[in-house]
Amino acid sequence: MAAEGTQHPLRIYWIMWGALFVLSTFSYATDFMDDGTLRTSLILLFMFAKAGGIVWIFMHMGWERIALKLAILGPPVAILVLIGLMSLEGHYVEDSRIEHYGESTMEPQTPGHH
Amino acid sequence: MSEAVLEHGAEAPGKQALIEDWSRDKQVFGVPWGKAMMWIFLLSDTFIFSCFLVGYMMVRISTTDPWPNPSEVFALEAFGYPVPLLLIAIMTFVLITSSGTMALAVNMGYRKDRKKTFWLMVATAALGATFVGMQAFEWTKLIMEGVRPWGNPFGAAQFGSSFFMITGFHGMHVSAGVIYLLVVAFRVRNGFYEKRGGNYEIVEIAGLYWHFVDLVWVFIFAFFYLW
Repeated sequence: MAAEGTQHPLRIYWIMWGALFVLSTFSYATDFMDDGTLRTSLILLFMFAKAGGIVWIFMHMGWERIALKLAILGPPVAILVLIGLMSLEGHYVEDSRIEHYGESTMEPQTPGHH
Repeated sequence: MSEAVLEHGAEAPGKQALIEDWSRDKQVFGVPWGKAMMWIFLLSDTFIFSCFLVGYMMVRISTTDPWPNPSEVFALEAFGYPVPLLLIAIMTFVLITSSGTMALAVNMGYRKDRKKTFWLMVATAALGATFVGMQAFEWTKLIMEGVRPWGNPFGAAQFGSSFFMITGFHGMHVSAGVIYLLVVAFRVRNGFYEKRGGNYEIVEIAGLYWHFVDLVWVFIFAFFYLW
């Protein structure tokens, strides 16, 4: 049945595995950078590289037919709309809170380590 | 139209293949039904996790209280210094390792190497259980430091609710995956699938679920721990 496209040489898995380790190390390294656009971009870059590798190679999506690819990978694009709308709404809510209740007076503790 | 065009095996160029698959008046996806159903389940799960992460984004944007710095909250003492996100980094590598062993298990399944498939799946499940164990340790540590779903000493109250909900739901997926993998692994070993025609697609289907759990962690790691 699905025999074709399921028995790949093991090499591609070893390469993907190694790539995931390297990319995760890079991801972790971003935590030591200063906050800013560069750090945010790198977080997203490594995240999408890892996610793409997992879906394409480990989950074999790269070898599936285009009908399945579109049916599974198409709908999640709609989530971008939700992200956009909720981001707008979130900033609006924050602004109204500041306007009506004023700035936060919370004085949080720094997490302690002994 | 010749039979060859209707067969799934025949590879037509992109758009043409899409049209043929959808207009063939029989099943659209040229994959076993179990695999198609697993993909559709994972698609719905994608939406659930997305809603959680978008909810987390929304409360983090809208709160006026300072958001606790995950780099400090999740730091662990090692060699006399607090190392940021140490446990989380180890958990990430454990999960990636388990994804690798799972990918190899799927491959061995298709080669009908039952022994290797069994042991690779058991290794995957063991790594998954390790991950859940480390997560339990992390939860314990945070709860002892006073982090609750309704508040915490380090900043915005929404931090705790987002954290417990998102990592809890993910941990539940990992736990379910460990059980699922063990069931399939023991069935592979005792010849259950041999009696059903020696078909090991179930290993790939279980693998899809497991890789998905790893995939979700990639997003949680980026958005919750690093952002």
